[in-house]
Formats: sequence, C-alpha cells, structure tokens
Amino acid sequence: MIRFLKRINVYELVRPVGQMMAFSLGSAAFMSAIAISLALALDDTAVGVSLMDKYNVSLFTYTMLNLPQVIIDGLTIGFVYAAIALGYTMVYGVLEFINFAHSEIFAVGAFVGVELLIALDGMGILAGASLGMAYAYLILAILLGMIAAGGLAVAVERVAYRPLRGMSRLVPLISAIGVSFLLQDIIRLVESLTSGQFNRIMPTFGNFDSRIIFGKIAMGSSNLTLGISVKSIIVIVSAVLMLVGLNYLVNATRVGKAMRAVAQDRPTASLMGINVNRIISLTFLVGGLLGGAAGVLYALKFTRIDPFVGFFPGLKAFTAAVLGGIGNMTGAVLGGIVLGMLETFAGSYMGVFTMGAAGSEYKDIFAFSILILVLIFRPQGLMGKNVVQKA
Amino acid sequence: MSLLHIENIHSYYGQIHALKGISVDVNEGEIVTLIGSNGAGKSTTLRTISGMMHPKKGTIIFEGKDISKKEPHEIVHSGMVHVPEGRGIFPTLTVKENLEMGAFTITDSRLVEERMEYGFSLFPRLKERIDQFGGTLSGGEQQMLAIARGLMMNPHLLMLDEPSMGLAPILVELIFDIIKELNDNRGTTILLVEQNALMALSIAHRGYVMQTGEITVTDTAANLRDNEEVQKAYLGVS
Ligand SMILES: Nc1ncnc2c1ncn2[C@@H]1O[C@H](COP(=O)(O)OP(=O)(O)O)[C@@H](O)[C@H]1O
Ligand SMILES: [Mg+2]
Repeated sequence: MIRFLKRINVYELVRPVGQMMAFSLGSAAFMSAIAISLALALDDTAVGVSLMDKYNVSLFTYTMLNLPQVIIDGLTIGFVYAAIALGYTMVYGVLEFINFAHSEIFAVGAFVGVELLIALDGMGILAGASLGMAYAYLILAILLGMIAAGGLAVAVERVAYRPLRGMSRLVPLISAIGVSFLLQDIIRLVESLTSGQFNRIMPTFGNFDSRIIFGKIAMGSSNLTLGISVKSIIVIVSAVLMLVGLNYLVNATRVGKAMRAVAQDRPTASLMGINVNRIISLTFLVGGLLGGAAGVLYALKFTRIDPFVGFFPGLKAFTAAVLGGIGNMTGAVLGGIVLGMLETFAGSYMGVFTMGAAGSEYKDIFAFSILILVLIFRPQGLMGKNVVQKA
Repeated sequence: MSLLHIENIHSYYGQIHALKGISVDVNEGEIVTLIGSNGAGKSTTLRTISGMMHPKKGTIIFEGKDISKKEPHEIVHSGMVHVPEGRGIFPTLTVKENLEMGAFTITDSRLVEERMEYGFSLFPRLKERIDQFGGTLSGGEQQMLAIARGLMMNPHLLMLDEPSMGLAPILVELIFDIIKELNDNRGTTILLVEQNALMALSIAHRGYVMQTGEITVTDTAANLRDNEEVQKAYLGVS
C-alpha cells in the first residue's frame, strides 16, 4: 500500500488543478473587469437611464447583481466545452486530423444517459429515490453515457478512419463529416422507433435544481446573492475530476508516455514495441469517454436534448481547442473556460448594454468571431500548436 | 544457421521498386555492414527487416522464424532493435522518458533502471541531461540517446542506420568505439548501415555493397577494403 502510494505522482495531480483555478479566476476577473468598466461608463448615458426607468436600478448595480451567477454559468459551460475540446485536441495531437464526428459522439452520450434516467423515471424509481440513490443514478447515467460514447468513438475510428490512414488529409475529414450526419440520423431513427419524439427531457430528480446560498450583500434596494446551483457544482466537479484524471493518464503513466510518443513520431514509436493502433484506439476511447460524460452533464444543465444537440457545443468546443492551440491539452482546457466565460458574459450583458438591440441570441457570434480571429492572427492558438505533451 | 537470413526481398514505395531482390545473412556475434551511396536502398532494407514496411516478395527469417509479415512492435519482442535514420528521438519527451520508451515492453522496473544505468555508463553525458527534452540535445547527444534507447531491450540484433550522420569526427569515433565494445564485450550482433564506408569497414567483420536496390558485392570487411571498385566508389581512393 505504502509502495503504491509512493508511486503516485502528486505533482501531476496538483498541477492541473492549479492551472484550472488560474484559468477560471483569470478569465472571470478579466471578463468582470470589462463588464464593470462598461457599466460604469454607460451608467450616465441613455443606456443607464433607460434601465433606471424600466427597473429602477443603476446599470452598475444591475451588473454587480448578476455577476456571481454569470461567472458560475460561464464556468459550468466552460468546463463542458473543455471536456469536449479535449476529445478534438487529443485525436488531433495523435493523428493530425479533426474528428468532426466528435459532436455526435457527445450527443450519443447525452442520449444514452438521458434515456436511462427517463426509463428509470418511467418505472417510478427516481421519484421515490433517496438523495444518495439519486446521485447513484446520476452517476450511473454518466457512466453509461461515457461507455456508449467511448465505445462508439473506438468503433468509428476502426471502421471509418483507420482504413483511410495514409491517404490525403481530406479523405478522412470527409469521412468524419459523413459519420457525423450518419450518427445524427441514427439517433433520430432510434428515437422515432422507440420514443416517437426527438426532444428528450432530462427528468427532474434529486436536489440538482436547488441552490446553495453562501450569503447576501446588500446593494441599493436589493441583495446581491452569492450562491450556486447544485447542478453547476456537479458539472464543474465532474469535469475537474475527469480533466485531472486525463492529465494524470497522459503525463504520469506508461501508457500516457506511449501516447505522447505516438503523437510525436508514429514510426519510431512502433520501433519501441508500442502497438500504435492500440494507442490510437485508446486515444479515441478516452476522447469518447470525456465527450459522453460531457453530453450527460450538458443535459443535466440544459435539460432538453435533440438529435442535433451536439452541433453547437461541438463547434464551440472545437473553437475552444483551436483557441487554446489544437493538439495542446492544457490549451483545450484554457480555451473551453475562456470561451464559456466570454459567451455567458456576452449573453447576459449584451442585451442591457445595447438597450436590447443585440440580445443574448447574438452570443454565438463571439465564439465564431474568435475562431476566425484566431485562425487569422494566431493559428497556433494561445498555448501554441503542439502535440499531446507535457505542458 | 544465421541469426538473420534475408532472401530475395522486394520492397516498394508505391510504384517505386526500392529493393530488387536483396539477400543478406547476419551470423550470431558478427558486425555486418551495409554500405552504398545515397538512395541505394540501405534504409529501406532496415525498414523492411524491422517491419516498418512489408516486402512484396521474399523471406526474412530471424532466429528461425519468418517475420516478414509481422508488425514492428511484434518484431521488437523477438529481440531485434532498429535505431532509425535521423535517430528518431521524441523531441518533447525527456531523456529519461525516451529511455523508458525503449523499454516499453519491459514491465520489471528494476530491470529498466539497471539497463538505464548501463546506458549511462556508456554515455555519461546522457545522465547529466536526464530531465532535458530530447529535442534540446545536440546531434551527438541525440545519437547517444538513440543507441542507449536501443539497448534498453538488450537486443540480440541491433540495427543502426547511419549513426555517424552529421557528427563531428571525434563523436563518430566515440560512437564506433561503443559499437565495437558492444560487440566485443556483450556479444551483441550488429547490422550497421553506413555511408561512411571506411569507418564501417574498420570495425565490421563482413560487408555488403548496395547500389540502386541491389547487392553488388559481398565479402569480408578486409577484402572489401582492398577491393579496387569499392575503393573507387566508396572509399574516396582514386
Ligand atoms: N518514403 C519514401 N517514399 C518514396 N520513395 C522513397 C521513400 N524513402 C525512400 N525512397 C526511395 O527509395 C530508394 C531507397 O532509399 P533509401 O532506402 O532511403 O536509401 P539509402 O538509405 O541507401 O540512402 C531511393 O530511391 C529513395 O528515393
Ligand atoms: Mg538511408
């Protein structure tokens, strides 16, 4: 036991947690500073006046009142993006190939997890479940979503990508887009044959919808509430655990070293006795596991899913991966958090700052503007284009 | 019976017919060198032996077993190590991690440490650089690392592809001394590919001369050194 504990590389457990905290705090502080400065600047203008007329609150107070919730929401979606982005970035790191079917791998994870919970709910099991059992069922749903998505990712690589290896880069890319459409239609087919409807709703159970309140700060005529919903805690904690686990796998285990070796030089890795195909399968498996879990967590947070649910989160996670530097795992986490934060700030404040001219429906513009700007001005991303490697 | 027996192999890169019926034998305990000018097919021969590419025709027998259809990672298990052209150091793995990769198939961590120490005894410079990324080493250090990594498997047959490439003469000599020492003291059989024919023939027992995908001459190293045609073409004697 002691021997076993001694072999644990504590540094590789602590380092990613530190990084994630730094990324979270940094992007929260940065976005808050922008929002607060804008609020102060616009308070005396027509923007502030109209808000005062409507709700009897100053723009600054309004901004501050919403800030805690916006930050929490930004982090929550940011971690979901990070978990999905890692699937893109790991596969890219090893094969230099964008797995465009990854968004549907995510969707399949979401559907499998949600369908399990709907089935349990239908049997009346969820309604009477104790809090402990509610968590057990949620964990079961996440695990099942992970297994389904991980297995699917491995199968897709085996059937649709491996036979095309060595051909021009465009060939597997087109295959991936084809797989993506195929999986969407398979989800639709299965849903129409079984449940008869495409929109599936995550059942409400446990205490996931309740909020934990830490305290209130008086502010003008209202209170600034410091609190967080249980859902958000679950999403963030699960994502952090997975990301730490992944970091450990890649940076501190023998198999992880082999993954990095394969990413850096495939022919030479095979000369070391590494079964390259097995490592590539493992890469898809790990990416799929993360994507599947992200799918169930996404469904927990946003409740409703449909066969196209993977499209936008997938595209945004891809953007996050490019933003951080595709192929770079730390970059994917950074990109996910930054993008989630940016998008949530934009969605929450753009409406009031523009007096309703550009509401939250425009928030996606930010993600995709970033994609374009990064591709033009810093194609290697924030942390540099690099193979799956130690940071 | 020879340790490695290659008979009449043909290898292709797409349409390019790179090996046109090569036959080579390497006996236990020998240093055999494969010399020839650039593009002759020396590297292709090693790649075909180690399974990185598969011959269209011909047989490759290693320790009595046909390995011509095996994958490289399977062949490593049978005790043959190929140190590729250009060294193949993993640039963002540390020196230590590169060495660990060389012992990927060995699970006994004590054995791994022991072999690593042996590598350090041959190349003390590597020990000083143990936590440095492979990509930051000099060319000579990378070659040392490539050889030390190749020895992590304690191979019966070590195949080296141009270990002298791009190295200063003093380092070339060091590398060749080590190759000779491995053969003398540990009995490691060596198949050495070289453009530096003079150096190679000075430590080898036998040699093969290759030209455009074929073996043109084979003889003992001493005889090859005295062979007029070889001298003209590869030893810079006119
Ligand atoms: N990856 C490749 N693709 C196509 N042709 C190649 C490739 N590698 C080598 N060749 C060709 O095969 C022949 C033999 O090359 P090689 O074995 O590398 O020669 P050597 O190691 O003796 O310099 C050359 O004509 C070379 O152009
Ligand atoms: Mg060569």
